[in-house]
Formats: sequence, structure tokens, C-alpha cells
Amino acid sequence: MAYIPHTDADRAAMLAAIGITSLDELFDAIPDHYRFPPLNLPEPLSEMEALWELQALASHNAVTPEYALFLGAGAYNHYTPSVINHILMRGEFYTAYTPYQPEMSQGTLQATFEWQSMIAKLVGMDAANASHYDGATSFAEAVTVALTHHRNKRNKVILSPNIHPQYRAVARTYHQGNGTRFVGDKSGRATLDDLLDLLDENTAMFAVQYPNFFGQIEDLRGLAEKVHASGALLCVVTNPIALGLLKPPGELGADIVVGEGQSLGIPLSFGGPYLGFFAVRNELVRKIAGRIVGETIDSDGRRAYVMTLRPREQDIRREKATSNICTNQGLMALAGCIYLALMGKHGLRRVAEVCYHKAHYAAAQIGALEGYRVEARLPFFNEFVVTCPRPVAQINRYLLEAHQIIGGYDLSRDYPDRENQMLIAVTEMNTRAEIDALARALDAARKA
Amino acid sequence: MTTQTVQAKVLEPLIYELSAPGRKVDTLLPKLDVPESEPLPADLLRGSLELPEVSELDVVRHFVRLSQLNYAIDKGFYPLGSCTMKYNPKIDEDTARLAGFANLHPLQDPDTAQGALALMYQLQEWLCEISGMKGCSLQPAAGAQGELAGILMIRAYHQERGDTKRTKILVPDSAHGTNPASSAMAGYTVVTLPSDERGDVDLNALRAVADETVAGMMITVPSTLGVFDENIEEIIKIVHGCGGLMYMDGANMNAMLGVIKPGALGFDVMHYNLHKTFSTPHGGGGPGSGPVTVSERLLPYLPGPIVAIVEQASEPDGAPRYGFVMPEKSIGRLKAFHGNFGMHVRAYTYIALHGAEGLNAISRHAVLNANYVRVRLADAYKVPYNRMCGHEFVAEGRFADVPDVHALDISKRLMDYGIHPPTNYFPLIVHEALLIEPTESESKETLDRFIAAMHAIAQEARETPELLRSAPHTMPISRVDEVYAAKHVIVCCRLPEAE
Repeated sequence: MAYIPHTDADRAAMLAAIGITSLDELFDAIPDHYRFPPLNLPEPLSEMEALWELQALASHNAVTPEYALFLGAGAYNHYTPSVINHILMRGEFYTAYTPYQPEMSQGTLQATFEWQSMIAKLVGMDAANASHYDGATSFAEAVTVALTHHRNKRNKVILSPNIHPQYRAVARTYHQGNGTRFVGDKSGRATLDDLLDLLDENTAMFAVQYPNFFGQIEDLRGLAEKVHASGALLCVVTNPIALGLLKPPGELGADIVVGEGQSLGIPLSFGGPYLGFFAVRNELVRKIAGRIVGETIDSDGRRAYVMTLRPREQDIRREKATSNICTNQGLMALAGCIYLALMGKHGLRRVAEVCYHKAHYAAAQIGALEGYRVEARLPFFNEFVVTCPRPVAQINRYLLEAHQIIGGYDLSRDYPDRENQMLIAVTEMNTRAEIDALARALDAARKA
Repeated sequence: MTTQTVQAKVLEPLIYELSAPGRKVDTLLPKLDVPESEPLPADLLRGSLELPEVSELDVVRHFVRLSQLNYAIDKGFYPLGSCTMKYNPKIDEDTARLAGFANLHPLQDPDTAQGALALMYQLQEWLCEISGMKGCSLQPAAGAQGELAGILMIRAYHQERGDTKRTKILVPDSAHGTNPASSAMAGYTVVTLPSDERGDVDLNALRAVADETVAGMMITVPSTLGVFDENIEEIIKIVHGCGGLMYMDGANMNAMLGVIKPGALGFDVMHYNLHKTFSTPHGGGGPGSGPVTVSERLLPYLPGPIVAIVEQASEPDGAPRYGFVMPEKSIGRLKAFHGNFGMHVRAYTYIALHGAEGLNAISRHAVLNANYVRVRLADAYKVPYNRMCGHEFVAEGRFADVPDVHALDISKRLMDYGIHPPTNYFPLIVHEALLIEPTESESKETLDRFIAAMHAIAQEARETPELLRSAPHTMPISRVDEVYAAKHVIVCCRLPEAE
């Protein structure tokens, strides 16, 4: 019923030491009429019964691999190597607190330093922080950095409509109280050139996604120069698996690179906990929010790690802090760190290649179907848009009920003018048999 | 210091230092089962990819060795004030990893995720019941995000009423730093309220600022000094009286389960820290989870989407249909998808195991343990607010007769006794603060060992103060130079060829 070790004798001795006779007396300061209200909760379960109850709940969800999964749109079904969970389950890691006491926390600190190093190199930037809650909040924090960088004298942020709709929504939630103006994504159809026309001396940040929400790889060459000419910062939202192949945003001139690290060995888990990564050029390091681990020495001159640049943080700076963020996603960053170490230089490229080829195979199969069109004006990585002959919701219901297939994302949910458009994601987890079955099922769905 | 001497004394090399060109793990991925397609244009491709080249065994040993450099609840006592470092039941890790949860995609049709939605709905209901509130959103990913949500809701509430002259949030000087930071993020000016000599909010100071420019007040209950503010009803009355709303920082709910319902007291909004009160593990600094619950009047502003019953059960024993809904005047979404669902599963499991009686037992024993340690330490350490405390209390880590020994020295020395130090230098209003929170999971024997260690250290401070100032002596590394890190700012490892 509770994880409490006290014996009756312990309680008696402790109450005596305090000088009271009952546990109730501990709460005498609380007004009588509010004290000890009944809680209407179910009877406590044993561990065994709790497991059964949770198993029963879990069984009411339709999940991969019983169902073939072709949903992405910001959360991806990649393979999690076995090593990751074995390390994550070590109590030394998952039952530790934030490493405020570095002498007792070198494990967490060094792993975080390694995560920062690997993610920074992967995205082509100088420095990264320990993490944010997810890709969307990393993006919202990027806006804060841009505003701070301009000493709050610029308040306009240009958003490509091709950034994940929920990331744009979260940025708006975060900044609703500080007068930031978000522009560029209203019609949903603005091109990079349209967005560049919005640049002015009041623009703090220009943001794009790469590959974008629709899976496309937009040509970002030359973009940074134009953005920088107006004094604004360029923020690129990216996908770490795609960067196994693609030129990193740092090489394209980005000032801030953010994104979702869930693909790096973290389960789908219905949307969280995930891993927001956040990387910048050196000049911006002191302006970023969240924890940063730095290298230092101990009093014997040995290399050691410690949380650094602490005076940016809320517990010291209070209302003048760069953000209110307190926790990061420590354990998730550890998962990302192990994933990148294990996959390494060769494996990450290989995962990206496999995703790329499978997605292109799927696109070819689907594009050959009567009534379906693959939007392939721009190159894509592992996600692509298909225009379907019927509303996506109807097709997906058929795929699910008749074929145990969870179809792609219904783009009309966020873009009303994209009726009948489905965003399909393919990863290394989708077998050829699954892809072929999807194509056959889509074909049948036309008339079903 | 040369690179040579650093290398010679390295505890565990960096993963990059274990790397050898050409080494790889090739057992993870199957062969490609589709034909290769046209490659991407070469100008889109990256050149080098600076990731390690190591074997699987290298990776396993590296991270196991790193884990051994950590301290953790699973290793020993962790009386870290305001953090509630209690036992994390193992079963929670199993339930969160059930395939039906772990493999569930967040954008699946809710009809294919009814088990997850039922769980979230039930957790929302339980969190409302425990707090005496009317509505709940599980969106916030951490306590700080819950605070931002709460303040944004307060803001939306006033804006809706055209009440735009309210520009201030009141925050006691004992508050967590997140409180003023969250208020500032939402665009408010922070007014800091002093505490009186008993550690309660100074009522006169509160009355002096309570006017039509106050949007609300954030307060932690019990306070970060560990005491239950004896004037809490009066504080709420004053703030409500001037038209402000009351935010309760729920970081200290471990003292309140079945003891008092914040909603009944009159609070309008609060956040939980599931990773504290409901023991979802801290993970070395996250993930957390910070659901918010609200009173009737803030219901329409909850961050969303939240889970609701969209269709009642057709038969008496049948299940209703759950769906996601956006509250009508929602402040919006705080993160992508639905909050840290994996943490919701763990908290659900924890609450289901405890029931009402178990939850109340948690708070009673957390408060018992804190008061026991308080009375036993008060002879050796100054306890500035030495009255019945909640689940934690603050002591001063200094001795009048040994002025050059500080809270930090005491903390570092405690490591040599195999115990994690209390929270240092918080709350800010106590000199050399040591904030001590034993939690309910610890036995009297463990507490007695801690008390004995603290007494021994108090004696060492007089007899061999150098032992404290140079502590720790038994950790993998000696005392860390934080200034060096801030001066040199190395936050990314340099590769050999880059040097």
C-alpha cells in the first residue's frame, strides 16, 4: 500500500523524540476544517494487480508490430538497440537527480557532455545544451534566444508554414505574453522567396524545417546570407536521422539548430518523454536556456565535468533568467547519447540510407497506383506526401480495419486546403512485405 | 597542466577517445530488402560525420563505468530538499515499457489508443480529486512548464475580462527561482514579498501591494522553508479581495496528500511534479511531468488538448469513448503531442498501488521523518524556523565559532559518509542554507545514520576544519573547480585532429 519501512516501534520512538503522541499532531498548523479530507480513490492494488490493470489498459491500444505503422509527422518508429534499455534501467542513472553535486555525478555529467558533443557535431554547430523537453519546446526556446540576442528590440519571427504545425503552436503559446509577432505561416503556401520578402530590421529570427514537415528537402543554399543581411538569426529545425546523409544545417549557415531527438533510440510512447536538442554557434552559448555541462578540473588537476554558465539559470537569476526551465530530459539525452555512440559514424549513415531507400521504394509503389499521386517536386528523405482519391480519414479507417495498417498522417487536420493528402513515413522498421501490403491496401481502398 | 597529465589521470575516457577508425557495430540492421533507388544529389550530402567508431562492448563498458561514478537513490540516502528523492518503485518502469504503451504513436486515431486515453483521463480525475480542483491538463512536461501554463491562464482570464492593468505577480522571497522566471516569461513584473520572522509571508507587506494591478500570487505550500504558512487563508483572502488569482506551486505536495486539498483552501491553479510526489524517477535531471489542475473559473483556459469522454458508454458496464478536446479558450499547447505520457503511466501505477490510505500514509511519514531529523539536528545546527515542519526543513550550514566553514564544505564532507548532501544555498533567504527532505521511504536506521554523520561533521568542523574544506576525499574525483569551467567554456569535446 505504501513504500514505508516504519515499524510501530520506530513510529513510537520518533513521535517521542518530537514530543508528540500521534501522527495527527504533526499537522496541527493546518486549519481544522480543511484537515484530512477524504480522497475518493480506488482501493489500493497489490503490485500484481496493478500490473494486470496496466496490461489490460495497454492491450486496448493498437500498436506496431501487430499493426504496420506508416505514421511519422514528428515521431518515428526507429529500431532501439537492446543496449540502450539495459543502460537506461541502471538505477545509478535513472534514480539520480540533476548533477548539482559534481563529485557524486560524474557519470551523468560526462554522458551529458558526450551527448552535447555528438549532437553538436551531427548538426554541424559549435555547442549544444543538455536538452529541452522536446523538439517543439526547443523551437520555442530558440525564439527566446533570438529575442534576447537582439536585446528585445526586434519582435518579429518569420515562420515557414512547412515547420511542424505543433512546433509553431508551441512557440506561440510560449510567447503570447511578450509581444512577439509570428508571421509567414498563415496561408500555408508561402515559399522561401515569399518568406524572404518579409525580412526587415525588426525581424529577430527566420525559421525553416529541414527536411520540412512534408518530408521535402528544400534548397537552403544562400538562405543564411540573405537572413543575416537583415541582422536576423536563422533557426533550422531538423531530423537527426536524416543528418546521417544530409549536409548539416551548420554548414548551411544556421545560427540555431533544434529538433526532436526521439528517433535516437527513444520509444514512441504516445508522444513523450522525448528529447529536444538545441545547438548554437559559439557566440550564442551564453544566451541559451537550459543546462549546459562543461569540462573543468578538480582540485587535483584531473579532468572533470560540471554544470556550467549557471548564472543564466532561474534558480540564480530568478525573473532575469533566460528561461524558467529547470529540468532537462536527462535520461532521454542519455538514450540519445548511447544511440549515437552505438550507431556511430557508419551506423547512422546506414540507418539513414535504409530509411531513404525504403521510403523511395514505397513512393514508387504508391505512385504507380491509379488515383494516387506522390508529390515529388523536391527531393525527400523518408517521408512524402501522397494525394489520395478519397479523404484520408476514410482511407485510414479502411487500412486499419481491413488490413491492420496504421496509415499516414491526414494533412487536412492542419492544412484545410490539403484535402485528401496523406503524409507517409517509412523507416528501417517497415519491411518490404509491409510496404507491398500498404500499396495493395491503398489500391483496394480506392473502391472500398 | 599539460594534456599528458590530464590523460594519465582520466577516470573514464570520453567515448571519442575509445574510437578507432573503421571499427563499427554491424549486428543491428538487416540487409536492405528493397532495390536501391536513385541517390540524393551529391550537393545535398554531407561530408564527414564525426561520430565515434566503437564496438558494442566498448559502448556497454563505457556507460556501465560511467553509471558507477554516479550516486542515486538506489545506492543510498538522498535528503535533497525540494526534490523528493523517494524510492522509485521498479514496477513503474515495467508498466511504462509495456508494448501497448511504448509502441503507441501519438498521432494515431484516438479510437486505436483508448487504453492510453482511459489512463490519461483517470489520471486527470485522480489529480483533480487529490488537489480538490475541477479540471486538469497533463500537457506540461515539467513543473516549470506547469507554472508557465498557470500564469498564462491567469493572464488569459484577466485579458478575457478586459482587465489589462494587472501587470504584477506577487512571489514570496522564499520561492523557487522558477516562480519569478515563469512570471517574467509570461510578461509580468515580479513583486517580491518578504517573509516574517516565523518564515510566513509578511501580511503587512502583502496588504501594501495588493491592489488592482495584481494579476495573481504564486506561493509554495508548505513553503520552501518547510513550514505551513499559518496565515494561508488570510493570504488567499487578500489576493482574491483585490481581484488577483492564487497559484500554488505543488512541488511540496508530498506533505499534503490527504492532508489538505488546495482547491478547498481557495487556490485557483496549481501544478504537480509527478517526478516528486508520485515518484516517477528523476532520471539524472528529467524527464519530469508537471500537470496543472484548476478551479472552475480557469477551466476554459487549460492548456490542451486534454482527454474527455466524447461518448458515454452504451451499456452500464461498457467503456465510454475517450477523445482529445481543446478547452474553448485554451492558452494553447505547451509541447508537441500529449505531455510526457510515459511519466503518466508511472504516476498512474503509483497512485493505483497506494489508494487514498497509502497516499495519506506517504505524507504522514514524510512529515514524521522530517520532524524527527529536525529535532535531532537542532542541537548541532541552527534551525532558523524551528517549529513543526512539513516534509522538509531548513538548517544553517555554518557555525558561529568556525566562520570559515560553509554549507558547501559540510555538504562535500557528507559525501565521505556515503550520503548525498541536502540542497545547498536554497532558499536564498537563509544564510548557508541546508534544505533537508528525508522522504517517507527512509527507515529510522537510515535517518539515525544521517544524524550521526551530521553530528560527526559538526565536531570535525571544530577539530579538523581542513577535512571539510578539502572534502570530498572518497569520491571518484576531488572538489570540482566551477570557476574554471565558466572561464574556459568547453561544452563540446575537441577531436584530436581539431587540436
